[in-house]
Formats: sequence, C-alpha cells, structure tokens
Amino acid sequence: MTNNKKQLPTEHCETCPAFTELEQMGIKLDKYDRVVALAGNPNTGKSTLFNALTGLKQHTGNWPGKTVTRAEGGYQFNGVRYKIVDLPGTYSLLSASQDEEVARDFILFGRPDCTIVVTDATALERNLNLVLQVMEITDKVVVAVNLMDEARRKGLEVDIRSLSRDLGIPAISVTARTGEGIHTLLGTVADIIKGGVETNPMRVQGTAEFQHAVNELAPMIEKMAPGVPNARWLAIRLLDGDAKVQQALMSGELAQRVARQQKADVQFSRKMSVEGRQ
Amino acid sequence: MTEQISNPKDLLAKAESLRGSLSSGFRDEIVKSLYSEAESIAKRAVKTATDKRYDFDQKVDRLVTSPIFGLPIMLILLALVIWITVIGANVPSQMIATALFWFEELAANLFTAWGIPWWVTGFIWHGVYRGLAWVVAVMLPPMAIFFPAFTIMEDLGYLPRVAFNLDWMFKKAGAHGKQALTMAMGFGCNAAGVIATRVIDSPRERLIAILTNNFVPCNGRFPTLIMLGTVFVAAAFPPVFASFAAAGSVVGVVVIGVGFTFLMSWILTKTVLKGEASAFTLELPPYRRPNIGRILYTSLIDRTIFVLWRAMQTAAPAGAVIWILGNIPVGDINLAQAIADWLNPFGLLLGLDGVIILAYIIAIPANEIVVPTMLMVYLGTGMMTDLPGLTELKHLLVVEHGWTMLTAINLMLFSLLHNPCATTIMTIYKETKSWKWATVSVVITLGTAFLVTFLTAAIARILGWA
Repeated sequence: MTNNKKQLPTEHCETCPAFTELEQMGIKLDKYDRVVALAGNPNTGKSTLFNALTGLKQHTGNWPGKTVTRAEGGYQFNGVRYKIVDLPGTYSLLSASQDEEVARDFILFGRPDCTIVVTDATALERNLNLVLQVMEITDKVVVAVNLMDEARRKGLEVDIRSLSRDLGIPAISVTARTGEGIHTLLGTVADIIKGGVETNPMRVQGTAEFQHAVNELAPMIEKMAPGVPNARWLAIRLLDGDAKVQQALMSGELAQRVARQQKADVQFSRKMSVEGRQ
Repeated sequence: MTEQISNPKDLLAKAESLRGSLSSGFRDEIVKSLYSEAESIAKRAVKTATDKRYDFDQKVDRLVTSPIFGLPIMLILLALVIWITVIGANVPSQMIATALFWFEELAANLFTAWGIPWWVTGFIWHGVYRGLAWVVAVMLPPMAIFFPAFTIMEDLGYLPRVAFNLDWMFKKAGAHGKQALTMAMGFGCNAAGVIATRVIDSPRERLIAILTNNFVPCNGRFPTLIMLGTVFVAAAFPPVFASFAAAGSVVGVVVIGVGFTFLMSWILTKTVLKGEASAFTLELPPYRRPNIGRILYTSLIDRTIFVLWRAMQTAAPAGAVIWILGNIPVGDINLAQAIADWLNPFGLLLGLDGVIILAYIIAIPANEIVVPTMLMVYLGTGMMTDLPGLTELKHLLVVEHGWTMLTAINLMLFSLLHNPCATTIMTIYKETKSWKWATVSVVITLGTAFLVTFLTAAIARILGWA
C-alpha cells in the first residue's frame, strides 16, 4: 500500500506517457492538492473504481449497500495529488436515511473540487436521477458510465456524446474492473478543476413562481451563512420544507457546518491512516 | 429589493410565505420533472441493439428466488460451503496442532535444560503459547476454507437474493426487509452487520435490526460450531455420513439463529418497538464473475488474518490467566478447579459444566474463542502431560470430563445465542448513542441463551436422553 506506480491495462503502448501518469498513493493523505468525491447509485462499482485509483483494498461486494461510510484514499495524476472520497451509494439525495445524508453532506459541505458520479450503463435512466440531483448542488461534475461491458452483453449501446450533450457535463465511458477509460476520466477531472472544461449542467427550471421564489431566497441564505456552497439548492430545500436544512439553519449550524466538515475530513484522514482498511 | 433579514426565523418565515405562492404540488412537479428529464436523456443515449429479452441472469433468478426452490437452494448452498469446510479443515487442523504442540514440548524442555525456573517455563509455554496454539489449530483451517467460499457468494451477487427470499418473513415479523441484508452481513461480522443497518431509514426498524443481529453466528463463531459439529455430532453417525451430519448440525444451528432473529424481531415489534413494517425496493444486481485475486485478498488477509489476530490477542492473556489460576493451590486442588467446581451446578443446569462457564467468563472480550479457552482450562486443570490433537479431543472431553451429546449441542446453542462480543457491543453503543440499547442487546441475547440451554437440558433429562 505504499506509493506504487501501476500500469493500467489500456490499449496504449508502453512509450505512451499515460502509463506513468497515475500514481496510487493509498492512504498517504498528509498532503493533497485537490478533493474528488465519488458518488453514485448502490452497486455501480464506486468502490472498485476507488480501489483502482488508490491501490487500496476497500471491500467490494456485489450487492447494494456495501459501503455505508465514507472511505478516503489518494492518487497522484500528472503531478497533482488528489484525495478521493468514496461515498455510500444512494438512489437520491432527497430522503433521510443515514447513508444518503453522508453522501449529501459531503457533496454540499465537504466542497469537493470535483464530483464523479459513477453510473451503471445497464440502468442508465435510474442512475441519471441521482446525476441530475448532484448537478443541482454543484457545477463540478463528471459522469463516469461504468459497466459498459455488462451493457454490451445485454445488447445495450450507450451514446456517450449524446449523454454528455444533454447533461451539459462531460461523460466518460469506463470499465472500473479492468481500468479501461480511467485515464480519460482523470484527465477530465483535472480539466474541470483547472477550468479547462466548462460545464453547463442542465437544471430543472420549474415554473416562473418557483424560479422567483428561489431567486429571492438564495441571496438571503448567502448572507445568513457566508461561504455556504450553493445557496440555490438550499433555497429549494427550504421551499420544500426539508426539516434537516431548516434545523441546520435555526441552530446556526449551517454556518459552522462548512468549517466543521473540513475539520472532520482531517480527523477522518488520520483515522484512516491508522486503520488502513475497512 | 431584498429585504433585510438577519435571523434564521425570519428566513424560515419568508420561505414559508414563498411556498404559499407556489402551487400545492410543486414538490411533486420538481421530482417529476427530474424523473422525466432522466427518462428522456436516457432514451436518447441508450440504444437497444438486439432484442435479448431472455437473458441468463433472469433464468437463474427465477430459480433461486422462486417461492418453492428459493429457500431449499439457499440451505443447500450453505450446507455445501460448511461441508467443504468440515472435510477440508480436519487434516490441516490435526497437522497444525501436532506441529505446534511438538514445539511447545521442545521449547519447554529446552527452558528446563537451561535452568530457567519452572514457573517461567510454565507461564510462557504452557500458558500463553498453548493458548495461542489452540486458537491457531482450531480456527485457522476452517477460516481459510470458509471465508473464500463466503466471499465468492458475496462477489457473485447471491446475498441480495438471500435478502429477497427472506424479505416477506421479516415483514411478517414487523421488521424491515433490508434487515435480511444486514443479517447476511452479520454472518461475516456482527459489528459490521450493526454498522450496515444504516441502510434502514426507519429508526424503529433499524433498532430491531441492531438488537437481533447477533443471533446469526459471525465468522469468529463459525469455526467453533464447525469444530463441535465435527467432533461430537458427526461421531454419533456412521463414518460415511459423519461429514454430512457435521455440516447438517451447523446448518441446523444457523437456521435456529435465523429463527430467533425473526422471533425476537416479532417480540420487539409487539412490545417496546411497536410499528408497521415499511416498504422498500430491493435491487437485484446482475451476477458478476468473482475476481479471484480480490476474493483471496479479502478473505485471507482482511478476514482470516483479522479474525485470527483478534482471537490471538485475547487468547494469549486468557492462556496466561488460566495458567495462573491453574497453579494457585486451594487445598488439594487449584484455583481454576475450585472456581469451576463452584460454577458447576449452574453449568449443569444449562446442560454445560463449570469449566465451560469459567472459560466463557475469561473469554468475554472475544467470546468467539470460548472453546479454545475451555480446552485450555480442561488441559490446565487436568494436568495433562500428553498433548491431544483433534481426534484425541473427544476422548479428553467425553471420558475425562463427562461430556455428552447434550453438552456439545448446548454449547453450540450457547455460542450461537450468547451476548455480542465486546467490539459489537461498542459498535451498538456508537450506532445508537445509547448505553441503554447496548445493555438491552446483551440482556436479550444472554437471556435467550440461558433460557434455551436450560430448556433443552431440562427436556433432554426428562426424556432420559442425557
């Protein structure tokens, strides 16, 4: 689990610089430059992708709900060190079970520099529900369409370009198990963070009254809790009567939340480096 | 144009009033537009190249989740895994025991020859080392076979099917169907099973899943059950059927454990945790080809070494305690014997004996090693000089310590039902943030263990079987 350069089985030949671009850093997380979150429906291969990137041996199992807590690891790509956070798999971010809350809180307050939403190519429609919800929260999103091999076996063909165009964010086809497409994915993540790739996430418009209400609430939230990421999304949650968000606001917790989450991240990293694995 | 709002109360009020301006179904509309958007994007992006409706996964699923064959197939698979473990673990266990105890003898003789005081030799080699040796010999081979087999099932995608098969029973018991999944996790490790209950939304149903998780034997307790089944239950059958009888008895214990999970869930639902079962959707993932390298890593490094290391950490001090107790004279006998004698009436009442109860108390931090501890107490108090392998084990227990089939069966039941290990209790506390529920989990399980073993012992005696 030390720094080891891994040759990912791609079609590139050995002279290609891509071979040495990825360095798995396991749990060495003392210093990192960027934070990347891994979200997605249950059992889409998030942990498999996580292991492929970090060289860690996070437990994976073929059933939904295997990961209920966050796991963290590191990788280095083109000289930049990334911390990657494997979130519990969720179907949506709207309900209140604990695993969904872990995922939601991290995307919202943990302020990842980029979020990868891993999707199952064989059940794209259901997976896109979550993608759209994540896109409501943050602009910095990339969709990794995983399990392309399984889809092909089932006679499904996924048009990545059409998907990317419709969503307004990059979509990359990957096979986490073999490592196929991972370099392209990481390159895209780097580009999004650098601002080299502009995302224009499609967002649900709603009625004119709805837009008006959101536009009125959002600036107030920003004023109340300075530095809060995506006030627009919080405004929608408030309009929706989300008890958790209301509570966070009333207790003044919302403002402290960002700072606390970041502090928790540091502690968590330390804990992970002691325990090593799940 | 924005009004000056400075406290959260006003903000909430503002949100409240703005909500009033929206049509009543706006929430549903947002969700609906989210879903219809997802649908249309997916429709544009996904093309069905061929019409492969009848695919292999579905055929298999129709069989393994069928109302008629689902449960029997499950039991047969479990029995198969255990049977392979039983027949595979016997010889390596014997070899490891022989090698390790040969080394104990050798090392102890060397110490004596070097003039090291007897109590140092005794403490290190007949105490600490012997404890470790027993744990390794009894637990390592079954684990090295059982865990990979278990992990293959997990990787293949069979666990959600198990949950699917059991879902209706949990619902009948007033519990959440996903409890079937967390129960399946419990077979791996009860502490992990307790953490896994986070997938259950309702606090009531989650609590039920937490409190009853310990009724399925974890990886740490399986070796004990397999050993008892192999040494005692199997011996009552002709050699041809012995391994099947051993596997059958372990499966029987597992079924009893699952039965108690339902029973206790139902009792909790009817008493302190009243409520209706909530509905949920369970996704059956496609079957996937297990990744052999990862299976070996997960099962051998993460599970086998982890469980073994944990057991050894407890076994070493337990061995030391037993050696000390065994060497403090009390009248004609030693202290361990005296305590065991004192506990004996209570043990007999449960169809066990004083030594087993003493071993159980010593091994409380990791009670999955109760059998190795018990063996150490027998050996330590009996002043045995020859060192038995697994086949001589039965002779030791039956001839010298009066074990019967009832003792073996009740010990299996006891190790199935007794309280969670210290790690699991701590996990329950962390997950519920309440000492009350952590205590309840101990009371429920231990109470059940005492009651059940007491009843089986009483019935067996009344019927003249023991």
